[in-house]
Formats: sequence, C-alpha cells, structure tokens
Amino acid sequence: MNVVICIKQIPDTTNVRIDRKTNNLVREGVPSIINADDLRALELGAKFKEEFGAKIYVITMGPPQAKEALKDAIAFGLDEAILISDRVFAGSDTLATTYVLSQSIKKIEEETGHVDLVLTGKQAADGDTGQVGPGIATRLNFALGAYIMKLDEIDLKNQVISAIRRLDRGFEKVKIKMPALLTIMSDINEPRYPDLPNLIHSIKYEPRVWNYKDIDADSKKCGFFGSPTQVVRANIPPARKGGDIVSKNDDPNIAADKLIEALKKFKNARLIETLRPLIEGDL
Amino acid sequence: MMENKRIFVLVEVVNDQPHPVSWELIGKAREIASKLEGSEVWGIVLGKDRDQICNEAIYRGANKVLYVKGEDLNDYINYKYRKAIVEMVRKYKPWAFLVGATLEGRELAGTIATELKTGLTADCTGLDIIPDKELLEMTRPTFGGNLMATIMCPEHLPQMATIRPGVMREMPPDKSRTGEIIVEDYTLPSLEPLIEVLERTPVTSKVNLQYAPVVVSGGKGVGGPEGFKQLRELANLLGGEIGASRAAVKQGWISDEYQVGQTGKTIHPVIYIACGISGAIQHLVGMKESNIIIAINTDENAPIFGISDIGIVGDLNKVVPALTQKLKALLSKPKAG
Ligand SMILES: Cc1cc2nc3c(=O)[nH]c(=O)nc-3n(C[C@H](O)[C@H](O)[C@H](O)COP(=O)(O)OP(=O)(O)OC[C@H]3O[C@@H](n4cnc5c(N)ncnc54)[C@H](O)[C@@H]3O)c2cc1C
Ligand SMILES: Nc1ncnc2c1ncn2[C@@H]1O[C@H](COP(=O)(O)O)[C@@H](O)[C@H]1O
Repeated sequence: MNVVICIKQIPDTTNVRIDRKTNNLVREGVPSIINADDLRALELGAKFKEEFGAKIYVITMGPPQAKEALKDAIAFGLDEAILISDRVFAGSDTLATTYVLSQSIKKIEEETGHVDLVLTGKQAADGDTGQVGPGIATRLNFALGAYIMKLDEIDLKNQVISAIRRLDRGFEKVKIKMPALLTIMSDINEPRYPDLPNLIHSIKYEPRVWNYKDIDADSKKCGFFGSPTQVVRANIPPARKGGDIVSKNDDPNIAADKLIEALKKFKNARLIETLRPLIEGDL
Repeated sequence: MMENKRIFVLVEVVNDQPHPVSWELIGKAREIASKLEGSEVWGIVLGKDRDQICNEAIYRGANKVLYVKGEDLNDYINYKYRKAIVEMVRKYKPWAFLVGATLEGRELAGTIATELKTGLTADCTGLDIIPDKELLEMTRPTFGGNLMATIMCPEHLPQMATIRPGVMREMPPDKSRTGEIIVEDYTLPSLEPLIEVLERTPVTSKVNLQYAPVVVSGGKGVGGPEGFKQLRELANLLGGEIGASRAAVKQGWISDEYQVGQTGKTIHPVIYIACGISGAIQHLVGMKESNIIIAINTDENAPIFGISDIGIVGDLNKVVPALTQKLKALLSKPKAG
C-alpha cells in the first residue's frame, strides 16, 4: 500500500499577535508548526506502516523553509518526504493548490506504480478553508471520505475502507472504495512523540525538492495566475475590549445581583428581545 | 449583458427538513439581487417529495426554484450530488452560487468548484456586491480569526462561496409570494459507487447552539459532568443552550456537539456566559462575536476577562445557582399592570 500525506506548515495561530499601533499582524518570532490535523494524518501513516508495511510519502507545497516541517514528519518513521516548491506557486488559492498537489501525487504514482490512499487534514488552521482535500479527490477522481474521525478497517484485499465520519447532522458509518482520499479530524488519534532513532534520522534527512516542471505542471494553472480568487483586502477586526469586573469574591447572592444590575445597563435591542419573556414573566 | 444573472442558493435538506442556513442565504441573495440589475435568486432543491420545500423557498424570497427531482438524490452522497449539480450549473450558468458552510456544504462546494474550475471562498461571514463591477465581495475570518480577508473572484463564473450558518438574516416566510418552480427530472448516470453509507446516526440531542439566543458555556472549571446540570438549568431558564470548551469535551464531561471554538462551533448569541473557561484564543474565536459576554471565573487574571463585558470573579458553583435563583424569583414576580 502506498500512501501520500499532504501536510501544511503554518504559523502557530495561537501566537499570532496584533500590533494595535500599526494594525499589523505580528508574525515575527511566531513559530512555524505542522497543522494540527495533519499531525494526526502522520500518526495514521505511522500506524499503517507498522500494520501493513505501507510505504508513506509526505508532501508539502511551500517555500524552502517548509523543509523543516517535512523533516519533523519523517521523525514519525515515514519513508519519504518531498518539498514541492517553485516561485510560480506563490499566491496559490485552493484551486491552484489542489492542482499542484494532485500533479505531485500523479508523479508519485508514476514512480511507484500506484497510490492507494491520500490523507489530508480536515482543514488548515491558518487559511481554514477545508477545501484542499475535497479538491484533490475531485482532481484525482479518488473516492472522497471527508471528516474521518475513526478508521475501523482497511480491507486491502477488497480495496475498501470502513470508517466513521462526522457531519453537522450526525455520524455516518461509511465504506469507501480505494483509491481514496481521506480528510482527517483531529479527534482521530493522539500523535506520538518520535523515538530517538527516528529523530536522529529525521535531523539528517534531506527531502527531495520538485519544481513545477518536475510535476509536469502548466505554470498558468499555478500560483497567482492559476487562482480564480483574489484577496483584495485584509483587515484586522477591531479588538473587543473587556469591560469591568463588576464583582470580586463577593457573597454569591451579591455577585448575582451585581451581574443582573450590570446586564440591565445594556440597551441592546436584541438583548431586550431575548430577555422580554424574563422581564414580563411569561416564560 | 442580456441574460439574467442568476444567484443559485443550495437548499440543504437534512432528514427531509430544510436547514435554516438555506433561508438565511436566500434572504442575503435577495439583498444582493436588489443591487444588481437583471438578477434573480434561484433556490436549488434536490431529492424527491420536496414540493413543500420548493414552495417554502419561494415564500422565503427565491424568484425561482430549480427542483432537481430524482430518487438517487434524496440523501446527500457527495459524488452523486456533485454530478447532478455540476450538470445543472453547466446548463443554467449561474452568476453566483451560495452554499451553507455546514460540514456537508463545505465538502460539496469544494468538489463542485474544483470540477467547474472556478473560485470558492470558504466560510464567509460577510457578503456584498460592487454593483458597477458586478462582483461579489466575500469576507471571511482567517488566521484563527485574527484577520478578516475580503476576497473576489473576478474572472470566473459562478462566483462561489460557502457562508457560515447563523450570520445572515432570513426573511420571514410570505405565503403570498409566487415564483416559478422548474422541475428537472434527473436520473443519475451509472457511476462507480465511490462511497456507501451503511448507517447514519443523527446527532442525539437537539443541540441548537448556533441559533440559541443565550449560551451558558462551561469549561475545565466546571469540574465534572455533574457541574453541567446547573449550567443547563440556567440555560433552560433563559431559553438558551449550553456550550463547552474543548477541555470539558476532552474530559468526556459533555459531547463534542457542544464545543465552541476553532475546532467546534462559531456562535454569536445575544448573551454568552463563560463559566470556568480561561479564554484560550481557540475558544475565543468561536464566541467573541457574541453581543454580551459574561465571565465567571475564580482567577481574576484569566484572559476571558480581557474580552468580557461583565466579569465576576468567583466560584461558578456558587454564583451560577445564586444567579439562577435570582432570575427565577424575578420571573415569578406577578406581571405589572
Ligand atoms: C488546534 C487546537 C484547536 C483547539 N480548538 C479549541 C476549540 O475549538 N475550543 C476550545 O474551547 N478550545 C480549543 N482548544 C484548546 C484551548 O487551547 C484550551 O486548551 C481550552 O480552551 C481550555 O479550556 P478551559 O478554558 O475550559 O480550561 P482551562 O484553560 O484549564 O481553564 C479552566 C478555567 O476555569 C477556572 N476555574 C476553575 N475552577 C473554577 C470554579 N470553581 N469557578 C470558576 N472558575 C473556575 C480557572 O481559573 C481557569 O481559568 C484547541 C487547541 C488546539 C491546539
Ligand atoms: N500547501 C499545502 N501543501 C500540502 N498540503 C496542503 C497544503 N495546503 C493544504 N494542504 C492540506 O489540505 C488540508 C486542508 O487545508 P485547507 O483546505 O487549506 O484548510 C491541510 O490540512 C493539508 O493536509
């Protein structure tokens, strides 16, 4: 079984701060991390390797420094990592990204004979689109199993995956035909800490680098020119200011009174509408 | 241009019921249509026995409904819906296509846009039009809510967006409204079955977090599943729902349907009461658009107080029951007059 895992290196959004003076996003000193969902995909890859002796390839499209993320991925004990990097990829939206990634997966398919499974995260915490996985599946014409939160079985003989996926309306127990693309929810597992031999191997590991020619891509379909959507503005939303602490370690009854008093000061129309049954006593 | 500019709105149907986001999007599409000459709002309904829902789409503001009628389309299966909808888009050539940003909607729109090779803006919270350019302006939060990006799709049609439930205003149904219902009898071509649904487990409770006017939310400070009972009591009293931080969900105190935040739901109730929640950024992105935020926490340095309108430093186990009692007393007071 050959598996390709797509990972994304992102700035740790928990550490992104806003400089209120300049109204800029402060990214300096913000560490780059592997997207949380993708770490779970890597953990799955490590398990597949142990269970089926699967061969696991990790790819990322990104700038040269994304190599670091690939090295961290190799520390999961995986086989090969490839950085897909070229200036023509800059400014890619999801349509262009899925083009580049699917071309790369096709290239791996050419090299290895077959790709049986592609894993992506459910969504990347920086862009938050959740569109890349479904887009790659469409381009490769792979079966799409989005939002996988539990894998029950991989039946290699019959080429079907049994899994449970999460939807807004509930859970679905599904059978997915291989080759398939699964998007992984972070509840699926807890990623491991790499063991020492794998860690040492990963430090010395040098990922291969592919440019747009290596993946037979049409440069017009990549990057800015291959992207139908354009970001025309980016604004920092106004900060929400904290109000008063109206009660500090008071007797609970006093605290409750102060809370209700404070609430009454809000003359917001939606609030009044919401509390009307309360005020009028006809709940 | 001579041709009408059609704004498609997918009417998402869950267990034979329309999802409320569909009406919100039809309401928004009407507003956009009013600024764009020669435009029409089309509701797109898939499945069978959907006549009621088609009518309601008209009452809610659609000019027309495209009813893609087919036995195979009653349940949402991605590759089937994708096939049928792509065909309809190719036939009717909409100018814009709006889909609710439910998990299903985001998956579906992602596959459709890829097949059509058009742009798709995910999980928008704002939508407007530049009339002289006839372009949609789509606004969405990125970087964990730290940045609002405004996005356009200038050279490809349809301009597609998924839009977060609960953000746009629906119009009340008006039964006097009329409109054409175009029925497309649709038989799916024989396709390789890519995915098969063996079993569906609907969400157990009727959790209605995204539409609740009041959310009483609990975190690690609640201390256990028992602690959520007092939150539930307060929520019920205020006609609201309970919510939770990821820490509380991870402890197994409450199911993940209630989780608020980056990996949970994004909500903006009138009142959000955070009980025993520290206010981690991943939690805040899910609730900071609430009108009024109340925080109850024993630690006066908890970051939640940095965004709360009303802060109470105290033990939630004492303050919440006291608050519930006080509010109950207020309620039982006889009506004035
Ligand atoms: C990728 C990623 C995604 C995440 N997504 C989410 C998400 O969607 N939603 C989310 O919530 N979190 C999310 N998190 C987790 C988040 O970082 C925090 O860990 C989590 O929100 C903390 O929950 P908490 O505030 O309940 O717990 P804690 O941070 O442990 O805070 C508990 C609080 O309770 C207070 N307290 C204790 N006892 C009492 C008492 N008796 N009365 C009053 N107050 C009391 C304490 O002072 C403290 O402030 C995510 C994390 C990551 C890395
Ligand atoms: N540049 C990229 N390189 C590799 N994988 C990516 C890239 N962007 C997104 N992905 C994958 O697609 C998933 C969803 O990302 P998104 O659709 O951007 O939210 C991520 O979790 C990754 O697995």
